Amino acid sequence: MSIIADKINYTYDKGSGQETYALKNVSFAIEDGEFIGLIGHTGSGKSTLIQHLNGLVKATTGTIYYNGQDIYDPEYDMRTLRNHVGLVFQYPEHQLFETDIFKDVCFGPLNQGLSKKDAEFRAFEALRQVGLEENLYYQSPFELSGGQKRRVAIAGVLAMKPDVLILDEPTAGLDPRGRDEILDYLAKLHADTGITVILVSHSMEDVAKYVGRIMVMNHGELLYDDEPKKVFTHYKELEAVGLAAPQVTYLMAELRKRGMNVPLDVTTVEEAREELLKVIR
Amino acid sequence: MDIVKTKELSFDYIRRDEEGNVDGIVNAVKNINLSIKQGDFVAILGHNGSGKSTFAKHLNSLLIPTEGTVWVDGMDTTDEDKLWDIRQTAGMVFQNPDNQIIGTVVEEDVGFGPENMGVPTEEIWVRVDKALKAVGMYEFRDASPNRLSGGQKQRVAIAGIVAMKPKCIVLDEPTAMLDPNGRKEVIRTLHELNEKENVTVILITHYMDEVVDANRVIVMDEGSVVMDGTPREIFSRVEKLKELRLDVPQVTQLAHELKKKGVPLSEGILTIEELVDAICQL
Amino acid sequence: MIRDITIGQYYQTDSVIHKLDPRVKLAGTVIFLISLFIGKSVPLYLFAAMFLAAMIKISKVPFRFIVKGLKAVLFILIFSAVFNLFLTPGTPVVTLWRLTITWEGIVTALYMIFRLLMLIIGSSLLTLTTTPNNLTDGLEKSLGFLKIFRVPVHEVAMMMSIALRFIPILIEETDKIMKAQTARGADFDHGNIIQRAKAMVPLLVPLFISAFRRANDLAMAMEARCYRGGSGRTKMKPLKYKKRDIMAYAILFVYLAAMICISRI
Repeated sequence: MSIIADKINYTYDKGSGQETYALKNVSFAIEDGEFIGLIGHTGSGKSTLIQHLNGLVKATTGTIYYNGQDIYDPEYDMRTLRNHVGLVFQYPEHQLFETDIFKDVCFGPLNQGLSKKDAEFRAFEALRQVGLEENLYYQSPFELSGGQKRRVAIAGVLAMKPDVLILDEPTAGLDPRGRDEILDYLAKLHADTGITVILVSHSMEDVAKYVGRIMVMNHGELLYDDEPKKVFTHYKELEAVGLAAPQVTYLMAELRKRGMNVPLDVTTVEEAREELLKVIR
Repeated sequence: MDIVKTKELSFDYIRRDEEGNVDGIVNAVKNINLSIKQGDFVAILGHNGSGKSTFAKHLNSLLIPTEGTVWVDGMDTTDEDKLWDIRQTAGMVFQNPDNQIIGTVVEEDVGFGPENMGVPTEEIWVRVDKALKAVGMYEFRDASPNRLSGGQKQRVAIAGIVAMKPKCIVLDEPTAMLDPNGRKEVIRTLHELNEKENVTVILITHYMDEVVDANRVIVMDEGSVVMDGTPREIFSRVEKLKELRLDVPQVTQLAHELKKKGVPLSEGILTIEELVDAICQL
Repeated sequence: MIRDITIGQYYQTDSVIHKLDPRVKLAGTVIFLISLFIGKSVPLYLFAAMFLAAMIKISKVPFRFIVKGLKAVLFILIFSAVFNLFLTPGTPVVTLWRLTITWEGIVTALYMIFRLLMLIIGSSLLTLTTTPNNLTDGLEKSLGFLKIFRVPVHEVAMMMSIALRFIPILIEETDKIMKAQTARGADFDHGNIIQRAKAMVPLLVPLFISAFRRANDLAMAMEARCYRGGSGRTKMKPLKYKKRDIMAYAILFVYLAAMICISRI
């Protein structure tokens, strides 16, 4: 079970003489159960890339294999792909439309052809997974707080039981409390169910805490693809493309320059604390 | 003189259920007493629902206090004759840049405020050019707002307010929808306006890193002011901030944790350089 | 699909036509449209076509760009042509089953297509060469006399210009919501009419909510920027006639006079 992208290119205005590459020769393989952070600034191609992964956008050249099958094969059913790869868009709460939360979450499973009973069971499970209080299930989605609405929207995709869950900036516009809630739920979901999670973000500090692998996009190209510690050692290059490593990474680099013997691959406050305590004592 | 002063400001709104019956009364803002000096850069921090946006809307007479009084540059915001003067004095920038740009061309949008105020044509042009230069968007004056990045759009929105020559700019989470680059652009622009034009800036946000350079930080929770002081004073109380579930810059957090483990560091370290210096001096 | 429509779009060049006062262009468009209905003869239409061709040439808008916009109205063109072709009584030319194509039908259909094409190209030239704001300014000023009859001319013009600003934003939003619902298994492309109409609900409800939210935000932002209707407002770009505008009016009248003369021949 895996996703393999093989040299995908995506261009706008094809044949007009001034083609713009949204994606340029992007290749990677994602294994089951990974927790990946996809990072890049606005316009780096990260949103276009994830839309390729569930077939909403078709690559101009190159192909994507899902579980070994070419998704651009004419015989391949895109709907199956969408059942397996769930995509949560940016500001997903803007897509809620039903009169109550429960019905909205049922929308996906019903589209998959499940019976009403099964769909409701799935909705129930998904809403529980995102930690929404039960007394809210039959309220209008428009009466909830921003963070709650977003969790409902994520439940709407979870209820489709995808094997891969992709989220486009799931914390955008939320306050720190709402952000932590969402990220903690995702981490828990990943740990409990072993679902593959791809988290698109522009916050390095958020991502460093949770993911096991970081992919950095810039100008449609995959710039780095490695574990967080290794990616953040390129903090200077990251800064050049408008991204920043976590503050503690800079701190360690700065201390090293002053002659202190500290490691450079530190990404979280906890690690920094332990490393510094070792040196100071 | 105080540009903004509030006395026992409270604002309630009535919640209704689906049938339109009164469900309860929500105190969005409770008993706020504040005064803000002309020329200050004040950051107001708090969660969604902490009352910070409700408070901001009072400064522009978009909301009128249920109890208490708000004065903007000495004008009572309930005074209807002064309404337009108040809105000129305290300009307001909102969260979503798309939903506050009216013009289809950048310069026309910036001219919208002065047009409404009845400023003569020649003077509008002078103001528009100056405002666009102040936010660094002059070369985009002929562009369509739809082609700009989020940070650029938000700077156009700020220019639209600057062209009205306000003494004070109130910004209601202007960076919440922007990416890190856009956020930096907007915050840098605000500091420049504050320093060069002596405009009072009241920045409402939930991003901690944006308040580090403010003169004063006010923290709101559940409609009340719970902390008020310089950034250093606020950030030296890491535990209190954590309790409010607000963020703390990583270095501040790290310094705090090291101190707890017995490393002699001072509280309220705000920047990487400060922490590097402090550790090297140990 | 929606993006292909070029009608109502603005195309920037540095031509004289772009620089003309919008009121002249409005008048010009109206005169051109009227002139198409003066009569029905080959020389008359030829002259109108030449005039339009000259205007397009001066405007420096590529002809190909204008033609691209015609795709969207192709259906209307074909429909009206077919309608005329079969339903005009006269001398039969061909009979297909119960439908008869008459000689008069062919002629009327040809005239019809030609007239419609001129009409559409003529009016799209107006929007191609005039920014939306300029256009609403022109309308506001030209129709200003209606204020006497209590028509809220300023407000209508303001509404138009806001609509023009938000159309691209809402188109993008539609696209995004459609993709998001497709990702949740919605199907917009299959099924009968009722199924398709039902499939639109998950698209339309969020779109309406978003439009209302934007309207609400915008109203607040406008109020915060001291907007209080048209009275007491000054203009950043007031409309003033220049020499070239007077010249343009003169050319328009000469054109109209010529058209009337040709129709009398």
